[in-house]
Amino acid sequence: MHMADALLAPAVAGVMYVASGSAAGVSIHELKKDAKDIKLPVMGVMAAFVFAGQMINYTIPGTGSSGHLCGGLMLSALLGPYAGFLSMIVVLTIQCLFFADGGLMALGANVWNMAFYGCFIGYFLIYRPIMKAKWGNTRIRLIVASILGCLLTLQLGAFSVCLETYASGISELSFGAFAALMQPIHLAIGLVEGLITAAVLVFVYQTRPELLEVVGENETKVNWSAKRVILVIAIAALLVGGIGSQFASSHPDGLEWALFGNEDAGYNANMGLDEEDYGKSSNVSQAAESVQEKTAFLPDYAFAGNEDNPVGTTVSGIVGSAIVAGVAVGICYLGGFFRKKKQTT
Amino acid sequence: MDELSRLDSFYHRLHPLVKLLLTIAYIAVVLSFPVRSLAGLFPMLLFPLIGYALSGIPVRTCFYRLRYILPLVAFVGIWNPILNRTPVMTLGALTISAGMISFITLLLKGIYALMASFLLIATTGIENICYALRCLHIPKLLVTTLLITYRYISLLLSEAGTMASSYALRAPNQKGVHYKAWGSFLGSLLLRSMDRATALYQSMQMRGFSGDFYYTKGTRMQTPDVLFFVLGLGLILLVRFVPIATLIGQLFV
Repeated sequence: MHMADALLAPAVAGVMYVASGSAAGVSIHELKKDAKDIKLPVMGVMAAFVFAGQMINYTIPGTGSSGHLCGGLMLSALLGPYAGFLSMIVVLTIQCLFFADGGLMALGANVWNMAFYGCFIGYFLIYRPIMKAKWGNTRIRLIVASILGCLLTLQLGAFSVCLETYASGISELSFGAFAALMQPIHLAIGLVEGLITAAVLVFVYQTRPELLEVVGENETKVNWSAKRVILVIAIAALLVGGIGSQFASSHPDGLEWALFGNEDAGYNANMGLDEEDYGKSSNVSQAAESVQEKTAFLPDYAFAGNEDNPVGTTVSGIVGSAIVAGVAVGICYLGGFFRKKKQTT
Repeated sequence: MDELSRLDSFYHRLHPLVKLLLTIAYIAVVLSFPVRSLAGLFPMLLFPLIGYALSGIPVRTCFYRLRYILPLVAFVGIWNPILNRTPVMTLGALTISAGMISFITLLLKGIYALMASFLLIATTGIENICYALRCLHIPKLLVTTLLITYRYISLLLSEAGTMASSYALRAPNQKGVHYKAWGSFLGSLLLRSMDRATALYQSMQMRGFSGDFYYTKGTRMQTPDVLFFVLGLGLILLVRFVPIATLIGQLFV
């Protein structure tokens, strides 16, 4: 689910950085408030453990394939949601920097998609309520909580990937079609992840139950004042507004298609459009041009099929690019040349 | 990777903060190019190449890592040429569609961003990056955890590797870990890691660890660093707003 840089527009990447950064700020604040001594090394080593865990392949019974771990919910169950979230940020940062898994600009989005949902939504909405409940025994509750938590968080994460890609205006694929591809895959991945998490947590519970973050006992009660709730809702509204405005501005194609698709037979109908149909859809959306003109900041949108565009510009663009390519080769050569020189001296 | 970051070159010696900021600015500018602005995007290639040439790191070392990234980017972008066939131009018998252009633009963005971030890591190293992050006032808690995690990854990876190979030796002809052993396999690694972490924490506390790491060298920004930053940023913005390739082409066509 790691997003590469190329899949995001800077504005969307920035919004996601702000969102994840705020969550990290709250986590650090909560950790400092709660614990007298923050066990930094424990967080560090557990983050490293997630790496090791991801390396191992798990055979999925009945199929030929294998799955692997993502770790958000597991870290939250072991370290608590705040420390778990920070550890996941560290995991994703190192993956991005040293393993080229996910981009530097996309880090904010990746933290949100993979760490935020697992550590906060999965923990607070599913894991904690289930672990606090009185039914069944702890073992069964652990299994149910892990599976449900992972299923939900991976679905949310995959949905966010679709939303962010669509808001960035990268793919010609309609939002509905992209989501229809992503969600079922991540249902399966979430199930496997949930099963692995459940297996590990049950093992830890049976051998060293004291390691699991105690839920419900000695818990500091959080007082949710009206002011705080309003603040949270306001931030959420700002984020949604920020992302939502991107829909209108950065992806005119998506807008066209949404208009066309809604009129016709829903989003999925867009997938099979052929050339003539696409042309038609362009005409339909031109009716909404006045809206687009106000919001579009892509200067090159008129590029496609624009008769006014002098061919000379395009040709000179290619010629210029070829010359730049020549310069690039020259730089490579020079770099290589200097390197050899260094090695020999 | 750590070996690469220990080389000595002009680019290696630059202040880590300069490299971090320039890399972020570069990637942001690359991503800000419109979906079909291929000619505008292309000259951005020069920046990472100059960086690689200055640092003496061969460009091909970074392309080895693209094998994981490009398939995902391609998966998202591959629909563009199929769905958007509006012809933009023809080269002989070949008709180039808008979708094809946007697909190539997308791939180029992916490649550029990776080239830049690889260059940053390969010339800076984790300690200096953490130092740069501290300069940007990223919380100590996060940066220190990052550093500790990085130091322990190789240890835990080799431990997991040992466990995996001993498991594989006892379970021949079996692909991966059997589902009955999922819990106990990863669980025992987890318990060992936890014990190790606790021991580590206690020993660090015994030696007076108060949450502060002291980074390699608290180098101050020198004039060449500032100059390089200003020049680099200026050039990046120039290429963003002036269609260099088209202008050069117009000289000849």
